[in-house]
Amino acid sequence: MTLLLFKVILILAVFAISLFMAAYSTYAERKVAAFMQDRLGPDRAGPFGILQPLADGLKLFMKEEITPEVSNKFLFVLGPSLFMITALMTGVVIPWGDLINIDGINYSLQITDVNIGILYVFGVVSIGVYGIMIGGWASNNKFSLLGAIRASAQMISYEVAMGLSIIALVMMTGTLSLKEICEYQAGGVGGNWNFWNVVYQPLSFLIFIICAFAECNRAPFDLPECETELVGGYHTEFSSMKLGLYLFAEYINMFISSAIMATLFFGGYNFPFMHDLGLSQNAITIIGTGVLFGKIIFFIFFFMWIRWTIPRFRYDQLMNLGWKGLLPLAIGNLLITGLFILLNNRG
Amino acid sequence: MERLTNRSKIVSDKKMTFLEKIYLPAILSGIRITIKHMFKKHATVRYPEKTREFSEIYRGMHVLKRDDKGAERCTACGLCAVSCPAEAITMEAAERKKGEENLYREEKYAAKYEINMLRCIFCGLCEEACPKEAIFLTDRIVTTDYGRDSFIYGKDKLVEPVDARIDVTKRQTPEVLEFKQHKKLSHNR
Repeated sequence: MTLLLFKVILILAVFAISLFMAAYSTYAERKVAAFMQDRLGPDRAGPFGILQPLADGLKLFMKEEITPEVSNKFLFVLGPSLFMITALMTGVVIPWGDLINIDGINYSLQITDVNIGILYVFGVVSIGVYGIMIGGWASNNKFSLLGAIRASAQMISYEVAMGLSIIALVMMTGTLSLKEICEYQAGGVGGNWNFWNVVYQPLSFLIFIICAFAECNRAPFDLPECETELVGGYHTEFSSMKLGLYLFAEYINMFISSAIMATLFFGGYNFPFMHDLGLSQNAITIIGTGVLFGKIIFFIFFFMWIRWTIPRFRYDQLMNLGWKGLLPLAIGNLLITGLFILLNNRG
Repeated sequence: MERLTNRSKIVSDKKMTFLEKIYLPAILSGIRITIKHMFKKHATVRYPEKTREFSEIYRGMHVLKRDDKGAERCTACGLCAVSCPAEAITMEAAERKKGEENLYREEKYAAKYEINMLRCIFCGLCEEACPKEAIFLTDRIVTTDYGRDSFIYGKDKLVEPVDARIDVTKRQTPEVLEFKQHKKLSHNR
């Protein structure tokens, strides 16, 4: 098997898994919501309703597609496409697993190990804002535009604090590559053991997860699409699969940010005792990938858990928290981390 | 003033403490509550497979009763229509002809009897007003439909079939039966 073939398969697999996770996140969202409200949730399509995402997808495809007369047709199509593309692009740099050995050759379960991995993620996520902004603008609808403005203002504000919280981590690990950050936390009690980054950088993690909520437009920061104030927010005018792309991309964003959180702070594909059980390399890699997905699923659940617990913030509260709360906190964290590194290097 | 319950809390606009300001303890207690609910018993009843148990005096779809011999009890007096607060009941009276004694109990009967189920509020006043014990509300449910016309139920749907009597004895509690022993109501028997 050539490297090229392996990469193509891996890309397709990551693409398919992203879509699968997004589809089943919608199902999980409804189930979690239902269970937390003492209900049952969807349970009619197949056993326990597991075919519900298929039914939902089919419904979205079959629906009438309406393009408003006064909208800008080209931008109207570009908006959701851009949002979806950027959502899918971030999966490229995430290390889904360690090396896997096929016919004596080691393949990395990461599509590409960019040495500025985390920076790439930030760059692509920022482009995602354009998807929302263009969609809202092209709709030629006041509510859509307001939703889009809210979304972009929110995402830009929280990206600052998010970036600063990551810089502390980058200073500690000394690399931007997600793979190397992951290896830095390689687990295993015994000879060489490391704690997960969350132990060293709890504050950074806290800031990052709050910002991740805001970046994904999730409750309690779901102001861009708050139904009570803005009808549907930036996607008010969208219908059929264009709306589907927006909703879907949001769940993919959630999946990817869960993956990034797991990789940066919770050891990624590493698990305790991984080198002490005497497993073969391939076994470690496969279990590691499973462990990574376990962590990702926990974080997705956590996203939903928070959504069905906390009411939405007011817009001024959101901006206050972002600029006056998280930003100084992130800078403080940065200074403390720098101080620790300085003192450690001296001693 | 005496309080009805001791659940009310006195609110104040005092300054928030630091822990309240950072909001995290509140979030933690919140997610503790929601996770507890995940493992609670669900309140949902899976309807078509399982039906909720009805009360014996549930006020659902009406029935026009027949007497023991199978003759319709209704005499089209119109008291139910008068008592109906939603004005859902209309009827047309007709005179019983010779040879129809086994069909209608008294000389006058309802040739047409219609209840608009969209207007009906299922209050049961018609049942209360009926001097002939002809109309009762039952634990049957008025089914859904797409149009409005099909909700005007005529005698074909309301009168109980001779071979499939609808039991309404549960609605008649001992108190009701005792009340009906009164001399003034002897015409019912």
